Amino acid sequence: MVENRPWLTFVSHATLILGVVAVAFPLYVTFVASTLTLEQILEVPMPLLPGDQLISNYSQVLLAGSTKGSAAPVSTMMMNSLIMALTIAVGKIAISIIASFAIVYFRFPLRNFFFWMIFVTLMLPVEVRIIPTFKVVADLGMLNSYAGLTIPLIASATATFLFRQFFMTIPDELAEAARIDGAGPMRFFFDVVLPLSKTSIAALFVIQFIYGWNQYLWPLLITSDESMYTTVIGIKRMIVGSDAANEWHLVMATAILAMLPPALVVVLMQKWFVKGLVETEK
Amino acid sequence: MEKRVVFQSTWLPYALLAPQIAVTVVFFFWPAFQAVWFSFQLQDAFGLKTEFVGLQNFAELFHDSRYLESFKVTAVFSLLVATFGLAISLVLATMADRVLRGALAYKTLLIWPYAVAPAVAGVLWAFLFAPSIGIITYVLKGMGVDWNWIIHGDQAMLLVVIASVWKQISYNFLFFLAGLQSIPKSLIEAAAIDGAGPMRRFWTIVFPLLSPTTFFLLVVNIVYAFFDTFGVIDATTQGGPAQATQILVYKVYHDGVKSADLGGSSAQSVVLMFIVILLTVVQFRFVERKVNY
Repeated sequence: MVENRPWLTFVSHATLILGVVAVAFPLYVTFVASTLTLEQILEVPMPLLPGDQLISNYSQVLLAGSTKGSAAPVSTMMMNSLIMALTIAVGKIAISIIASFAIVYFRFPLRNFFFWMIFVTLMLPVEVRIIPTFKVVADLGMLNSYAGLTIPLIASATATFLFRQFFMTIPDELAEAARIDGAGPMRFFFDVVLPLSKTSIAALFVIQFIYGWNQYLWPLLITSDESMYTTVIGIKRMIVGSDAANEWHLVMATAILAMLPPALVVVLMQKWFVKGLVETEK
Repeated sequence: MEKRVVFQSTWLPYALLAPQIAVTVVFFFWPAFQAVWFSFQLQDAFGLKTEFVGLQNFAELFHDSRYLESFKVTAVFSLLVATFGLAISLVLATMADRVLRGALAYKTLLIWPYAVAPAVAGVLWAFLFAPSIGIITYVLKGMGVDWNWIIHGDQAMLLVVIASVWKQISYNFLFFLAGLQSIPKSLIEAAAIDGAGPMRRFWTIVFPLLSPTTFFLLVVNIVYAFFDTFGVIDATTQGGPAQATQILVYKVYHDGVKSADLGGSSAQSVVLMFIVILLTVVQFRFVERKVNY
């Protein structure tokens, strides 16, 4: 603190509290709505204190689903989201770490060509190649399958860069010592590189888990079967019309359930989350 | 930068690269190539015949007033999202950098929206602003505002901007806070001793030193507004009313998936690819500059 200005400290706290409240307000209203009956929500204005329908609303969405739009139980959707998020996070980390290991620790023809190939994928987000990618997945018979949901999303230039950058900081002496002791490259990878990369892997896992859980456009395109919906898609499918036509109490309960796992990951693994966020953008 | 110590193997590096390259080729390069290929073709209404038409799809695109309108909508939308997103998070980060007590609590309470999917953010705000039952609508109507984003285009735009900014604040906040904390305290102290007040110090020292972070975030926010907000728009306005919120990415999806116009949608994809390449180049240019800074 450079100097003591009590009123400025007061203004700082006031601004921050205002910011926190503004950021939290939609979450609070969503939670309140998820504990009310539909009739209570449709009264204008809706009550701003939690009601007594918490257990009945949540058990209905988890076990039975809504009665309009999508009828799949949300527990199935959450399972799909979880499988998708975990497969993408683990798959991305696995294929990127071995790819960067090859690029950093070997000299071979076409090395730079492969590196640039991975780099260029940064410039081709799903959104700009929607239809052709959909066709490829349809031709491979991967619509409505976990493979179709995950494999097209696990190639990652950012993860490959992150690991490459990290490997460059590993002292050469370690590789030299391993070679003198007669360890092959894979032995060196599993016994030295992998344990050293633990923190980078944890940080990347948090970011990629959230990325996988929150995917929208891709599952929207390739899942038409209700049993393959992810939670985020499920919410969208439950909204069938405007205002009074929707079962808002169930939509809002599902929204809370969709936010809970990634929000918990962010808050509980805050240290890794911040590290991952800052490093993947370098 | 290259490693001095390397391993020898004729096949192992290829085997290690194979999974990454296979996914990249099948799901990135091949579709991107097809997008370019389709953009030169015209398909008849039944999808039975395709004809090579050269640049005709592009020519039509840039003569289509609705496509040009979509460009304008995207420009306005990303400008609003970037401006408000950066301004609000800079204020919050500056305050959070100042306070000693409760800093961690504020940080935790401000970063969680990063975890919310754009589509869910859209649903949350659409509910608050719902024309007949929304709680904010109720307050606005009490103040005499005729609020109905289903009919009024500018209100629909405001809704998607608010939802998109709300989701992005946490990200900007974290980067601004990291940037602020890396500014040497000695500079601020020296200015304070010379008698510069908090506002003066902010504009003459902190803000200029923060400019690399600000520029980086500006690019990231524009990319976010261009592509990641698809979920916000699809869950709320779906591009309406009367295309008032139809950003470029949404139009690609709408024309390709809903109207099944393969050639036109692919031509739009190709235009978007150029925009992404441009933004990536700008971003990397900047990264190089930051190293010299």
